[in-house]
Amino acid sequence: MNTPEKEQNLLRGLASNDKSAIEAIYRDNYGTIQSFIVKNNGYPEDARDIFQEAMIVLYNKARSESFHLSCQLKTYLYSVCRRLWLKKLVQLQRYNPANESLEEIVAVEEDLEEHQKKDADLSMMEDALKKIGEPCKGILEAYYLQKKTMPEIADLFGYTNADNAKTQKYKCLMRLKKLFFAHYKT
Amino acid sequence: MDDILLLDAIERYRNGEMSAQEKLFLEELRKKNPDIDQLAVEHLFFLQQLNNVGNIKAYKHSLDEVENKLANEGVIAKKELKGRAKIIFLWKRYRRTIEVAASIAIIVSITAVMIGLKYSDKKVSNITPLVDNKLNEFQSKLDRIENKLDNATMVLPFAKPKFSANFRATGFLIDGSGYLATNSHVINNAKNLIVENTKGDQFIASAVYVNKNTDLAILKITDTSFRKINTLPYSILKASAELGDQIFTLGYPREEVVYGEGYLSAKSGYSGDTSAYQISISVNPGNSGGPVINRNGEVIGIISSKETNADGVVFAVKSKNIYKALEEIKDQEHIKLPLNATVKGLERVQQIKKIEDCVFMVKGN
Repeated sequence: MNTPEKEQNLLRGLASNDKSAIEAIYRDNYGTIQSFIVKNNGYPEDARDIFQEAMIVLYNKARSESFHLSCQLKTYLYSVCRRLWLKKLVQLQRYNPANESLEEIVAVEEDLEEHQKKDADLSMMEDALKKIGEPCKGILEAYYLQKKTMPEIADLFGYTNADNAKTQKYKCLMRLKKLFFAHYKT
Repeated sequence: MDDILLLDAIERYRNGEMSAQEKLFLEELRKKNPDIDQLAVEHLFFLQQLNNVGNIKAYKHSLDEVENKLANEGVIAKKELKGRAKIIFLWKRYRRTIEVAASIAIIVSITAVMIGLKYSDKKVSNITPLVDNKLNEFQSKLDRIENKLDNATMVLPFAKPKFSANFRATGFLIDGSGYLATNSHVINNAKNLIVENTKGDQFIASAVYVNKNTDLAILKITDTSFRKINTLPYSILKASAELGDQIFTLGYPREEVVYGEGYLSAKSGYSGDTSAYQISISVNPGNSGGPVINRNGEVIGIISSKETNADGVVFAVKSKNIYKALEEIKDQEHIKLPLNATVKGLERVQQIKKIEDCVFMVKGN
């Protein structure tokens, strides 16, 4: 069993996108989740989707400032996956109330609501990025996500100098902001 | 104040690149001027959102890689394993429907076969397999010159038997340990087979599966110099692809790898052949055996032939035939198909960079 310190470390690793932490969490928990889903009207590949979504919930939680895990990681993941899967079953109309038993779980409803909101924000930004098209998308991603410098970007996208690239980046940024906030505020 | 300067300042503030004095100045400015403060709040929030997109993208990529690794180790159940359980599950549920459907299907197929027999002789001549059989004289001249050069210098970079190929086509890895998929018409009657990667390294291969009905063949690289590729960048789709799916292919209509893109135009192939798709893409002799890949990096089929008199009407063997083939030879060959497409979500140029290493030229005589 993991000690609380070890779990904290794993979560810190998760927040910084550390693959060994991700792998450790998978190894410890995946089997339980898979057998839960297969027992409850699902296929192994459903388990992959659900577990991945739960890992994203966990990631967002680990990155938030007010982060606090009040129970064991295992229990938390199980609860999230369970909630996600039952929701999916209802959607697929495969839900069978007999599956609802009194197992030990923790309340995760709030976390999932937050997750859903984050997910919606995320797809808004992704949509906006898609809409601005190339080269804007490429330039902004290079600058803000890959943290490339302006001279590098000028070189990459064929601008004569860093200042030109910077002007272009600014124009792209304004367009992206406009698109994003147009959706966000409605 | 100029907006561009202000935004720049806010970004430097956020990244902690400001001196204490500058910081103070900006904070003062925000306090005094609500408009500027509003802009700063908005921009900081926006940057936060933009960053989230990048972080989650990178994180999902890591998740995919870990999943792939664990699936290869068997910690995560493989997609193929689900077969049996799924069949039982579906059988229980849809038994009656299946029985009715089966009897209808039998009647329909008998009728179809009878009609088919009537017309079949005329049709065959209308499609061209896409193997480049006429590796032209120029190529053979080149080979002769190469041979002479090799002999003259007595330095053989590869201790491979030199042979002059009389056809060229394409194949792609389905298992990084050295199994490739291609068309059966490609290797038809070939005595020797050689596959060559984009770097020009050549490996001897042999066919372990040939099915003329589906036009699918599986090759195994027997050369000991072949270095195993741990994770293939694409996966093989087991389900059916959708009409209108954007697709692309890599192949060897020339001595160099060539990219082409198009879309899925019908779910059946030449004269209703349900083991193939019709796609719209520009291909040439040599493209045969190339992977047809969708935007998520899933291989949906294998280029096999095109209609002779129409442009851009190309047929591709459906990828699920690969699964069927593996089932048939599982006792002799242990092939593990890739489970996840690691190129999912990447830009096309990046996808190609990763995929092209796994697409091989197939040559033989």
